[in-house]
Amino acid sequence: MSSQATDIETRKSAPSSTDEFIKGLWKDNPVFVQVLGMCPTLAVSNTAENALAMGMATAFVLLMSNILVSLLRSFIPKEVRIASYILIIATFVTMTDYAIQAISVDLHKSLGAFISLIVVNCLILSRAEAFASKNTVGKSAMDALGMGLGFIMALASLGIVRELLGNGSFFGIAVFPEGFQAWIVMILPAGGFFTLAAWLLIFNVIKQRGAKS
Amino acid sequence: MSKKSDISSPDNFLMLRAMVGIGALCGLLIVSSYEITLPRIERLRAEALQEAIFKVIPGITQTRAFTYNNGAFVPANDESDNRIYAGYDSLGVFKGIAINASGQGYADVIKVLYGYDPEKERIIGFYVLESKETPGLGDKIEKDPVFLENFSAMMVELNEQKTALVNRIVTVKSGSKSNSWEIDGITGATISSRAIGDIIAKSAEQWMPAIYKHKDVFKDIKNE
Repeated sequence: MSSQATDIETRKSAPSSTDEFIKGLWKDNPVFVQVLGMCPTLAVSNTAENALAMGMATAFVLLMSNILVSLLRSFIPKEVRIASYILIIATFVTMTDYAIQAISVDLHKSLGAFISLIVVNCLILSRAEAFASKNTVGKSAMDALGMGLGFIMALASLGIVRELLGNGSFFGIAVFPEGFQAWIVMILPAGGFFTLAAWLLIFNVIKQRGAKS
Repeated sequence: MSKKSDISSPDNFLMLRAMVGIGALCGLLIVSSYEITLPRIERLRAEALQEAIFKVIPGITQTRAFTYNNGAFVPANDESDNRIYAGYDSLGVFKGIAINASGQGYADVIKVLYGYDPEKERIIGFYVLESKETPGLGDKIEKDPVFLENFSAMMVELNEQKTALVNRIVTVKSGSKSNSWEIDGITGATISSRAIGDIIAKSAEQWMPAIYKHKDVFKDIKNE
C-alpha cells in the first residue's frame, strides 16, 4: 500500500464510485494521511460537539462544492478555475454559516470565526481541483462524501480525546468522578498538536503492520 | 466580445461568461438562504437575549425594553438601538435594569449584559453574551463562580448630586478585593478580567446617573 496519498490522478482510471467513497475514510484520509485542513482540525476540535459540528459543516461544503464544480467543469475555462472554485466554496460556506446560526446561537458562538475559514480549507479546494473538475457528478459526490466522512471521523476522534482529558467530559456529560484535575493544556492549541501527533502515530503503526503482513 | 484573440491568449468571453454566471448563481444562492434563515436567526437571537436578561436580574418573569432618547427613557420598539431592559417579577414589581455593554478583551470585542438595581444602587447580575477569549484561561470570565460572585450584589453608589459614580469600578488582583466597587480578578485571565472591569465601569458611568434620575419611568407595572 502506497503511503503517498497525493497521486490521485494516476489512480483515477479504473476505480468505481464505491472505491472513491472508501478511499477518503482510510487510505487517503484527509487528516490522518493527507494532513490537509489543519487549521480547523487543530482549532475547533477542543470539544467533541464542536469537532462534530465543524466536521459536518466542512463535509457539507465539500459535497455541495464538489457537485457544483463537477457540473460546471466544462463551463469553467482553466484560467479562471481557482477563482470560480473559491466563489463556489465561499457561497456554500456562507449558506452553512446562516444555517448554523439558525440551528443554535451557542453552537455558532463556539465555532466562531472558523466557519468562515472553511473557505480557505485546502481540503475542499484540493478536492475541487484534483477530483471534481475531472470527474462525473456521481463520482465527485462519492469522493466528497468519503472525504467528508473521513474528515468528520478524524475531527471527532481528536475532539473526543481532547474533551475527555481537557474537560473530563464526553459530549458535555461529565464522565470522571469529582476531583478529576482536567488537563487544561489539552483544550488549548498545544493539546491539539499532542492529540493529532498521537493519532498520526497510531495510524502509521497500523499501516506499517498492515504493509508487513 | 473578445477584442483580440491570438493563439496563446485565453478566450475573454468564456472567462467573463464563467465568472459572471457563477457570480450570479452564487449571489442568488446566498440571498435566498439568507432570506430563508433570517426569521429563525432573529428569533433565536431574541430568545438568547431574553434568557440572558432573566439571568442578570434574578427573580423576574417579564421584561420591557426602553431606549434613551433626548434625555428621557421611552418604551423601545423593534428598531431602536441603545436599548435597556427593565425586569419585573410575576406581580409586576420592578426588580432592575439589564444593560448591554461591550469593549475590547484579549482576543476580540467582549459583549456583556449586566443587571442594575437603581433602588439599592447595586449591580445584581452579569452574563457574557459574546466573547472569543482563550479557552481554559480567558473564558473563565464566563463561568468561574468566584469571579461571577463579584456581580451578585456589587455596590455602585452615586454621588450626592446623583450625577456620577462615587468610585470607578475597577478590577483588582485576585484575592485583594477590599471595597464593594472592586472586582476580584482571575489569575491566568488578567487581561480578560480587567477588560470586564473597564467595560462595566464605562457603561456604568454612562448609564447609571441617567437611570437613577429617571427611575420612576420603570416603576411597577400592572399585569395585563
